[in-house]
Amino acid sequence: MTDQIEQVLSEIKVDGAEKGRRTAFVLPALQRIQRRFGYVPEEAIPRIADLLGVPQSHIYGVATFYAQFKLTPPGRHNITVCCGTACHVRGGMKLLDDLRQKLGIEAGETTSDLAFSLDTIACFGSCALAPVVVIDHKVRGRMDRSKLMKALVKLEAEGAAQESEQ
Amino acid sequence: MKIAELQERAQREWQELKNGDPIIWFGLATCGLAAGAGEVIEAVQAELAESGIAAQIVPTGCLGACFVEPMMDLQKPGGPRICYGEMTPEKARTILKSYLVDGDPCADQALGTVGKGTIPGIPRLFELPVFAPQVRIATRNAGLINPEDITHYLATGGYAGLQRTLEMDPEEVIAEITKSGLRGRGGAGFPTGAKWRFARQAEGTPKYLICNADEGDPGAFMDRSVLESDPHSVLEGMLIAAYAIGASEGYLYVRSEYPLAIQRLSIALDQMRANGLLGEGLAGSGFSFDIALKEGAGAFVCGEETAMIASLEGKRGQPRPRPPFPATSGLWGKPTTINNVETLANVPAIMAKGADWFAGYGTEKSKGTKTFSLTGKVRNSGLIEVPMGMRLGDVIHTIGGGILEDREFKAVQTGGPSGGCLPASLADLTIEYESLAQAGSIMGSGGLVVLDEDTCVVDIARYFLSFTQRESCGKCPPCRLGTKQMLALLEDFCAGKGTL
Repeated sequence: MTDQIEQVLSEIKVDGAEKGRRTAFVLPALQRIQRRFGYVPEEAIPRIADLLGVPQSHIYGVATFYAQFKLTPPGRHNITVCCGTACHVRGGMKLLDDLRQKLGIEAGETTSDLAFSLDTIACFGSCALAPVVVIDHKVRGRMDRSKLMKALVKLEAEGAAQESEQ
Repeated sequence: MKIAELQERAQREWQELKNGDPIIWFGLATCGLAAGAGEVIEAVQAELAESGIAAQIVPTGCLGACFVEPMMDLQKPGGPRICYGEMTPEKARTILKSYLVDGDPCADQALGTVGKGTIPGIPRLFELPVFAPQVRIATRNAGLINPEDITHYLATGGYAGLQRTLEMDPEEVIAEITKSGLRGRGGAGFPTGAKWRFARQAEGTPKYLICNADEGDPGAFMDRSVLESDPHSVLEGMLIAAYAIGASEGYLYVRSEYPLAIQRLSIALDQMRANGLLGEGLAGSGFSFDIALKEGAGAFVCGEETAMIASLEGKRGQPRPRPPFPATSGLWGKPTTINNVETLANVPAIMAKGADWFAGYGTEKSKGTKTFSLTGKVRNSGLIEVPMGMRLGDVIHTIGGGILEDREFKAVQTGGPSGGCLPASLADLTIEYESLAQAGSIMGSGGLVVLDEDTCVVDIARYFLSFTQRESCGKCPPCRLGTKQMLALLEDFCAGKGTL
């Protein structure tokens, strides 16, 4: 993984930047790492710190401040429930409860078989189609319990099919 | 190349598009896609191939009528666009064949027509009750052009505002914006002309311009819609602002929850560069300005200007006390101006059509229009743009079409977490910065979440406190500890365990 981290970070061109302004690359560096691995592995933090010449504590502080960054590996599928106002008044939280029960995990957690991660988000801005659930980066509007459970079953079946192929 | 030449070329291409094969327009903003537009397009593509129909598929943004998404518009050469809503793959196939092969526009299924010409039995879309009271300035092109093609923007009058700007003195540009009465649409309503004047007068170089596209209020998506539907309107606004204040570098800070907006902005920036509208001596003038796209990372507080600056500098997004204001000491300690997406989207229209035209809309102190995302328990949920001074009740009952399932209108939540709930008794209130503040709420960025008789207002208060508590940056005790205590009180209330 170390090589892969180095490779991702080598794409960031810091040479042209003034020394005192290299902190500006902290968020883009973390974003690139997360895009590559799905989370920010612990070993990436000292690497980014070295590259930008800032303390590790700064990188860790930023990575834990912003909701986007995850420090643990995600599941194969991600389900994110929107917690915006419109989704709230149109039953989004009931969908979250259904998911918590069905998957047996809390928001922010991943199932032990690494199949699903459950997340919440402050607002996706698709409020006119509330309630909204995002499944593997695809925004799904006008969600209800039965559509959601159907989507879950489909994902589980796909996972099972892939396993039997292997 | 000069702007006039770009526009001429774009006009020719636009006419070629209109005179070519019939056009099938699809609303492909996040709302359309979330409602299933992707499946509808696949079905239409299959139908075209199977039936051998020649047609051009053109993506567009959001017309604002999210409640009838997914939408599909059909347009024959020389005819108006006929808009159809609530498309399913089957419905789209049937209508497509019916109109393009048999010549029957399925009038009973059409919502309305847009553009020159009429079709018997189909009303004009913008004359329907949901659209008639609206005035589209910031959203002038939304849903009508392809947001991924600069040609469409140029052909419909885009960059004319910049052209006029570059012929003027920066001071004259500031005077024009001041005269228009434009106020910041991010929520606070600070006069844009005055903000630009401070920035112009501030000492220090370089000067920075930041477009705040970190639309964090839950229940608000105006900026997303504008960025996804008409990115060039905002980018042109940035060029005009930068010219006026003398900025040489610009940043567009977009929240990471808006991947499609980020993608379309990045396409738009590439196309500007390819057409000489960005960088050194842009549009054949002596003015140079460049824009960098920056992705947020999921922190509500970064919508606050000093927190946004901290975030751009690669720090935790924690605000700091002002003064010094960013106008004198902002990004890297340099003079920095931060304008909201909608504010900037208005700017090119003002510069192209004049301050008096813009000031002709609205009220004495609140000029122009305001976009709102109308959501919650309302029938016609979507993005709307209305002249300032409109009655709140008209917005909800005329444009919004009333409450879902004919329930009782209880209140409308405005202004996001910093706003408030306006009860049904205030339906006569007019939408202006001052009147909303007097009523105990704020204009805010433009979220209008409609609540009906079944919505518990105490629960809404608890909801917002759980939001503010979660999103507190943790720096100052009143917020960090206070929101926690207030939330605990309201949780007890909601559980029926409230005590004195």
